Amino acid sequence: MDKRLRLALQAAGIVVAIGVIAIVPSVIELFGLMQLTLFAAMSVLALSLAFIWGYGGILSFGQTAFFGLGGYAYAIAAVNFQDSTPAILLAIVVPALFAAILGYFIFFGRISDVYLGVITLTVTLILFNSVNSTSGDAYKIGKALLGGFNGMPAVPTFNMPFDPSTVLSPEQSWWTTAYVLLAVFLLLRLLLALPAGRVIVAVRENEVRASLLGYDPRLVKCLTFILGGAIAGLAGALYVNWGAFVSPTIFSLSLSAEIIIWITVGGLGTLLGPIIGCVVIEYIVAYIGSQQLLNSNLVLGGVLVVFVLLLPKGIVPTARDLVMRLIPQNKPKTNGPPVQSAAAPHPAGAE
Amino acid sequence: MADLVPLLKAEHLTMRFGGVVANDDITFTLQEMELRCLIGPNGAGKSTFFKMLTGQLVPTSGTIAFRGMPIAGKASHEIARMGIGIKTQVPNVFNGLSVRENIWLAVRRKATPRQQGPAVDAVLEMIRLTDYADSIVATLSHGQRQWVEIGMVLAAEPELILLDEPAAGMTDEETFHTAAIIREINQTRAIVVVEHDMEFIKQIAKRVTVFHQGRVLVEDTVDKVLADSRVRDVYLGKKVAA
Repeated sequence: MDKRLRLALQAAGIVVAIGVIAIVPSVIELFGLMQLTLFAAMSVLALSLAFIWGYGGILSFGQTAFFGLGGYAYAIAAVNFQDSTPAILLAIVVPALFAAILGYFIFFGRISDVYLGVITLTVTLILFNSVNSTSGDAYKIGKALLGGFNGMPAVPTFNMPFDPSTVLSPEQSWWTTAYVLLAVFLLLRLLLALPAGRVIVAVRENEVRASLLGYDPRLVKCLTFILGGAIAGLAGALYVNWGAFVSPTIFSLSLSAEIIIWITVGGLGTLLGPIIGCVVIEYIVAYIGSQQLLNSNLVLGGVLVVFVLLLPKGIVPTARDLVMRLIPQNKPKTNGPPVQSAAAPHPAGAE
Repeated sequence: MADLVPLLKAEHLTMRFGGVVANDDITFTLQEMELRCLIGPNGAGKSTFFKMLTGQLVPTSGTIAFRGMPIAGKASHEIARMGIGIKTQVPNVFNGLSVRENIWLAVRRKATPRQQGPAVDAVLEMIRLTDYADSIVATLSHGQRQWVEIGMVLAAEPELILLDEPAAGMTDEETFHTAAIIREINQTRAIVVVEHDMEFIKQIAKRVTVFHQGRVLVEDTVDKVLADSRVRDVYLGKKVAA
């Protein structure tokens, strides 16, 4: 059927993305490039929740817990080693381990979806308050002073792998961040096409049926959660690299809520949607921040209300439905029934 | 005493929900290759019994042995891997996925990647949904979703198949087809069927167990059970009167 066409389109999309990322620094001036780098780092964070919520059915209200842990793990390691290579690895491993411990208790303890939200939210608050109260010389890990609510300034940014003397330029930082985003996107795409990914979706669709077929939903959800934590941690490292700075606000609840808004606006159950949602929303927030007329939280709330009421599926699924309707379906369905748009995956929290 | 180990043996099985006793001291034995029907009025404890057999509920007391191995209290997926498959009363399917993918998810636990395609096609043929293979399950009718679930249970090739009201919501013709399939899979596998439809039971049944108020009321051949006056009182009598 049109499977080949779809594959060709996807390959073309990847090639275009690689090309666009490559030429962006020669078209956009430095300020814009820095902003795009930030958006790309945030988009990795968006992907982490897009994956565990949209495909794993796990609505975490505290994805910033892993984002923040990744950021701090990177900062502390980078200060100590003066080399970003092991620091980036730690920024992935530490949040993944934390997600493994948290996920073990949540999923193997058979805690319901509502309490999952409460626990992830609370964990984020605990981390925020703990890190916030680490002012003073006593709170030191190796050479790294945690700095409490002031955060850690002058964190070494990314350098060439195993070559601390060659620090990345802003252009190179952009390429790194954007290509990491592309790589995470493609890896998740690949995973979801593999049998393991189909099982993750099956568990989201019907946990009881999955277990009656012999799949262990607790394990599947726990592994999904861990992968989401690892990706969020990587996003944290990218974020700290962008600003050379990390403070407890990285754990903030408002950022946690923002991720959920990105996904709702971009489209739950897609990977592209949350990236688009993230970039659009963050651009609006940055734009509003540069003037005094409107409060950005008010606008964010308004945007969310408009989307929930008018475009509940989000940008990407709505656009996909529109395109499907405009393009005449040239596959002759013989006896099959009319296939309606694939039932939108329902958010786990709403069950 | 060289008795064969029965396929399934439940002894003194009791399930309490607070003050309600859903299953009260049930003892139930099923031999290899047996086809058994469970009947009883609503609330007799049939579905609760099935849920305990498949690990969805942990019995308050009593034991369940599957080929001699204790399974009471084990997790659902562990019991499923030992070879017990169930079609639940309310259709439990993957609504957002296609019919083919639903069946494939059941097949892939046992089949090698090479066998999976043909195995899925064979099941689709058997449940007569080949034309609907790429349809999203949520768009199908209730009867068709029942078939998808039956297909998933068959695709997993369990040793013991539990069917909770397989003919509910089906037309007479579909019910007849279901009965034919049940007789066919009974050639190689043991099946327990919960059903209300007496015509359906007459089509397939050999031995029947009657549940009433959480207890086993009587267990005998289908003719004797249908002739039993107590069964008429608790179950058939009500139905005729209704």
